Amino acid sequence: MPNPKRRHSKARTGNRRAHDSLKRHSLSECPNCHEKKMPHRACPKCGYYKGREVLDVEEAS
Amino acid sequence: MRHKESGWRLGRNTAHRRSLLRNLVTSLIVEERIETTLPKAKALRPQVEKMITLGKRGDLWARRQAAAYLMTREAVTKLFDTVAPRFGDRNGGYLRIVRTGWQRGDGTDKAFVELLGSEKLQEEKRQKRAEVRAKRAAEAKKALEEAEAQAQTEGGAPPSEPAEGEETKQ
Ligand SMILES: [Zn+2]
Repeated sequence: MPNPKRRHSKARTGNRRAHDSLKRHSLSECPNCHEKKMPHRACPKCGYYKGREVLDVEEAS
Repeated sequence: MRHKESGWRLGRNTAHRRSLLRNLVTSLIVEERIETTLPKAKALRPQVEKMITLGKRGDLWARRQAAAYLMTREAVTKLFDTVAPRFGDRNGGYLRIVRTGWQRGDGTDKAFVELLGSEKLQEEKRQKRAEVRAKRAAEAKKALEEAEAQAQTEGGAPPSEPAEGEETKQ
């Protein structure tokens, strides 16, 4: 079985991982309540999608 | 190579999948809106459209074919009498799928599927749900106030407090 011949330095590990960072989701603005929301989804804050209230969003009381 | 991988298997064998889809289609025709995961919603669409096509044909053989797929007689009646006639001038695209969020546990996309033209019905259902919610909230508030009043009567000086508690109740 193939085995590693030499140990990796920490720098090598770090350099390899330099490209592994996660990107932020791009968010769009809800036209109804102007919160940031995921595009192509009903707004979780106000329940609107395409100009119509489609979800029951419970108000915190 | 991504060959021969079309469609949605939904992690089920053929019988289980067919059963699931029949149930979903029946529910959708009866309720006009259902909430599922996004893959199920997408797998559901061709089946529903086939049923509506049968409904538009409207003859006895079509009715029997629909009855063989749908789970309840009620759904067949509704499909032929109220759902299919609505889509007379439309060739496909009878459904709307809206993504609503994520499922706890496995993070799957959740969505609802609704028949086009059911917006008014949905709005009525929503209003009804809101009324029920408001009623329940009012009851909870009342119960809380009563409990508080009782706690006051029990916690305070016993001889003078009961009358006060009743006053606050009114
Ligand atoms: Zn919003």
